[in-house]
Amino acid sequence: MSAYGRVTWRDQLIGMFFAMPFIIGVAVLLVVPLALSFYYSFCHYTMLTPPIWVGLKNYVRLLSDHAFMRSLLNTCFFSVISVPLALGWSLLLALLLNVPNRLRNVYRTIVFLPSLLPLVATAVIWRWMLSPVHGPINFLLQFPCHWVGTMLAAVAPLFHAAPSTIHSLRHLKPPLWLEDGKWAMTTIILLSLWGVGQTVIIFLAGLDEIPEELYESAALDGATGLRRLWHVTLPMLSPVIFFNLVIGIIGSWQIFDLPYVMTQGGPGRATLFYSMYLFEAGFQQLRMGAACAMAWVQLIIILILTAIAFRSAKKWVHYR
Amino acid sequence: MKLSGEKPSALLTRRLMIQIALGVVAVIYLAPLFWMLDTSLKTERQAMTQLPSNPARALATLMIPHPLHAANYQKVISSPFFRMQLYARNTLIIALLVAIGSMLSASLVAYALTKLRWYGRNVLFWIVMGSMMLPFSVMMVPLYRIYREFGWIGTNLPLWLPTFLAPPFYVFLLRQFYLTIPNELTEAAVIDGAGPFRIWWYIMVPLTRPALLVVGLFSFVASWNNFIGPLVYLTHQRTYTLALALQFFQTRHGGVAHTLLMAATVLVVLPIIIIFFLAQKTFIRGIATTGIKG
Repeated sequence: MSAYGRVTWRDQLIGMFFAMPFIIGVAVLLVVPLALSFYYSFCHYTMLTPPIWVGLKNYVRLLSDHAFMRSLLNTCFFSVISVPLALGWSLLLALLLNVPNRLRNVYRTIVFLPSLLPLVATAVIWRWMLSPVHGPINFLLQFPCHWVGTMLAAVAPLFHAAPSTIHSLRHLKPPLWLEDGKWAMTTIILLSLWGVGQTVIIFLAGLDEIPEELYESAALDGATGLRRLWHVTLPMLSPVIFFNLVIGIIGSWQIFDLPYVMTQGGPGRATLFYSMYLFEAGFQQLRMGAACAMAWVQLIIILILTAIAFRSAKKWVHYR
Repeated sequence: MKLSGEKPSALLTRRLMIQIALGVVAVIYLAPLFWMLDTSLKTERQAMTQLPSNPARALATLMIPHPLHAANYQKVISSPFFRMQLYARNTLIIALLVAIGSMLSASLVAYALTKLRWYGRNVLFWIVMGSMMLPFSVMMVPLYRIYREFGWIGTNLPLWLPTFLAPPFYVFLLRQFYLTIPNELTEAAVIDGAGPFRIWWYIMVPLTRPALLVVGLFSFVASWNNFIGPLVYLTHQRTYTLALALQFFQTRHGGVAHTLLMAATVLVVLPIIIIFFLAQKTFIRGIATTGIKG
C-alpha cells in the first residue's frame, strides 16, 4: 500500500476486499430490493402467483382508497404536530438538565432510560397506565376534573348555558384516551414524548460544545435569561436542532410499533398510520403491489420533506 | 452557567423553580416504570378491584401491592402461553449474532473507507449516507420475497445474517471514529512490513475499541427491541422473540390478566435496564457522537 501517489491494482483489490461486506450488502439488500419494489409497484402481486403488470393502477387506486387517504392524513397530522412538539420538549428538558445540580446525572438517567426500552413494552405499559377504569392516570385526573367541572357549572348559568351543558359539566370526566376516537391521536402524540431521551442527550452534547466565552461576553453586553437563550444558545445549537429535526421528520413518517400495539389503528381508523396500512395491505391482504406503491410514495414524501428542511437550513442554521 | 446580575432572592426562586420542574419531569418519566413493577406484584383481584371512594384508601389500593404477590413471575415463566425461557433464548441468540455481525463487518468497511486508498470509496461513502435514510417499508416486500426464495421465512436468519453485510448506520458511526486516528500509525506499521489485514486486526481494532463497543451495544439493544422484523419474518410461535411474544400475549390475554402482562413486561425490559446501567457512559457517548459530528 503506497500512502501517496497512484493507487495500484493491489491497493484497489485490498480496498474492495475490506469493503466487500458493504458492497455485497448494497447489491443484495439495496439495489435488488429497490429494483424489485419499483417493479412490483406497477404489478398486481400477491407473492403466491407471479406478478402481473398493471401499469399505474396501484398508484391511481390509492387516490380512491379511503383507508389509505386516512392513514396519509393521520400521519401528516402526527408529523406536523409531534415533530415540533418533541423538538421543543426535548430542548426544554436539555436546558433544564444542563443547569448545574447535584442530582443532574440522576435526572439525566431517568429521562434517558425510557428511550431504550422496546416500544412494544412502552405501548403495553402505557395502555395499562391509561386504562379508564383501573389506571392511575384517570384516577388522579378525576379530582381536578370534578373541581373544574363544579366551578364551571356554577358560573355557567351566568352565560345562559343550556341545562344539558351544565349537567355534563357537573359530571366532567377525564378523557377515555385510546378508547375515544377524538383523543386517541392526541394520546399517541403525547406518548411519543416519553421516548425523547436520545434527542435530549444529543441536545445536551450540543450544549456542552458551546464555548463559555460566548456566555461571558453576552453577560458583559448585559444579556440575561431569555435574550441569552435567543442570541447565543439557539444559534450555536442550530446545527444540532437541524439534525434532530431531520431525524424526527424521517422517524415520524415511519411510526409503527407504538400504534400497532396500542390501538391496532382504532378506534375506527383514528390512529391508522401510513406504515401500518402499508403492512396491512401487503402482509394481511396480500396486496404486495399496492404496498410497494405506498412505500414509494412514502419514500418520495420523506425525500421532499428532507429536501425542504435542507433548503430552509441555509436561513437558520449557523455552521461554525 | 453563570447567573450574573440577579438578586439573591431571584436566584433562590429560580433554583426552586428548576428543582420543582426537575421533580415533575422525574415523576412523569418514572411513573410508568413504577406502575409496571407495582402491578406485576399485585394479585389480579387487587389490580381489577373497584376503587374505594375515599381518595386516600383508593390511592393506597392503587399504589401498594397487598399482599406482595411474586407468584405472577412464576406463572409467567411456566405459562404455556408465554414461554419466557424459550423467547428469551431466541432473542438473545439473535441479538448476540447481530452485535457480532455489526461490529465485525462495519469495522472492516469503515477501515476501507478511511485508511485504504482505492477508487470508489467516496461513492461508497455517499451510498452509506443515502441508504441510512431509506425507510424499511420500501424494502419490506422485496426482501420478504428474496428471503422466501432462500427458504428463510420462519427462521431467524433474516433477522441477523444481513447485519454481517455492514449496516450503514454503524459503518457511519465507526467511520467518524476512524477519522480521528492519525495515519502515521498505519504508515509506521507498513514500513515494518505489516499487511493490511494485520494492521486492521492488531492496530485498528484495539484502537477503535470504544467505538466498537458503542456499535455492539446499540445493535444488541436495537435487535432486542426490534418488533416489525420478527412480526414479518417469524411465523411459528416457538421462534418468537420477546418483543413479538409480548404483543402476542397482550392481544390474547391483555384484557384479563394485567398482572401477568406486567410481570412479563418487567422480564422483557429488565435485561435492557441492566445493560444500560452497566454501560450508561458508552450509550451516552455513542448517541452524542452521532448527533454532534454527524
